[in-house]
Amino acid sequence: MEVLEKVEEAVNALSWAEIMRDSLKRNGVKLVVYVPDRVLTPLIEAIEADSYFQAFSTAREEEAVGIVCGAWMAGMKGVVLMQTSGLATLPNVLASLPCTYQIPVLMIISERGTLGEFNRGQALVCKTMRPILDSMGMEGHTLTSIRELDFIVDRTIKQVFGTLDSAALIISPLLSSGKF
Amino acid sequence: MSVEVMNRYDATVRLRARLGDEDAVIGGIGNTNFDLWAAGPRNLNFYMLGSMGLAVPIALGVALAQPGRRVIALEGDGSILMQLGCLSTLAKMAPGNLGTIIMDNGCYQITGSQPTGTAFGTDVEAVANACGLAHTATVATEAALDAALDRFWQIEAPWVIVVKIDSEPPRGTTERDPLRIRMRFMDALTLA
Repeated sequence: MEVLEKVEEAVNALSWAEIMRDSLKRNGVKLVVYVPDRVLTPLIEAIEADSYFQAFSTAREEEAVGIVCGAWMAGMKGVVLMQTSGLATLPNVLASLPCTYQIPVLMIISERGTLGEFNRGQALVCKTMRPILDSMGMEGHTLTSIRELDFIVDRTIKQVFGTLDSAALIISPLLSSGKF
Repeated sequence: MSVEVMNRYDATVRLRARLGDEDAVIGGIGNTNFDLWAAGPRNLNFYMLGSMGLAVPIALGVALAQPGRRVIALEGDGSILMQLGCLSTLAKMAPGNLGTIIMDNGCYQITGSQPTGTAFGTDVEAVANACGLAHTATVATEAALDAALDRFWQIEAPWVIVVKIDSEPPRGTTERDPLRIRMRFMDALTLA
């Protein structure tokens, strides 16, 4: 009991961004390609502060998917970081590259457009996210609490690279405190 | 624009002859890909079946993961126009092992030869320069292509060659089994 409490305290001491960074590192995900977003900033900063990672931004999310696909074929695991609106630009590329060739793409998506959104454009784009993932048979796990975070992130990374089926980790405002 | 142009298949054969056994090629979709196949299939060629515009990004991923291997991205003008931002990313990352060749016939030949922006003055080499890529050339003859490849082949910086080509149809059709393409490519990347 005491041990469990200590574990919990240690976990609680880390921010969601640090927990995700550590899980990526533990699973050998070195390449981080992103189109930035305010919610993702603490994760991007935590990753860029750690020399283990090679992290950089692209002009479009499609490019980022191409880069991690090429890197994986050449032996390097990667992840794509984007906002909800980024995923909405990707169905053609996801269907015709990772799905077609069975190349695993791990995606981390900051969920914009729900739970207090002020921009109608963002709110409507958000409604496309889960149907897009569903239509390609991709799992999308919504991350809402620190407590389950490492478990879901760690297991999802392992499943993506174990099965070669792409999946998304969705950062809910419940986790990120909803600062758009 | 010079009226003299090259033939895509002939240009691809010249490129293929220059490739070393360990050099990887990412073939963008369309007739560029068909002539890459027709010029002689190689295990270290990755033949795209969709994701138009992503030859340079896929090649960048391979180049970053295996910095000791030369990687060539082969695209068409229509494809690169769809993803011009990747030239900015390429300039930023500046891999020393990645070259890009763009076959430019000024049209979407495979869909009915509708003209692209390059037929109206868009200069892909100038776009590359403006993105920050310094090592570039536009060539329209075999001698000029050979000279550009001689100049760039050993440099440790990204380079871009735009090849002005005619509108001859491709000489073959790429095999379309994605898993075979991917597994042959990956095996070759691991072994070579």
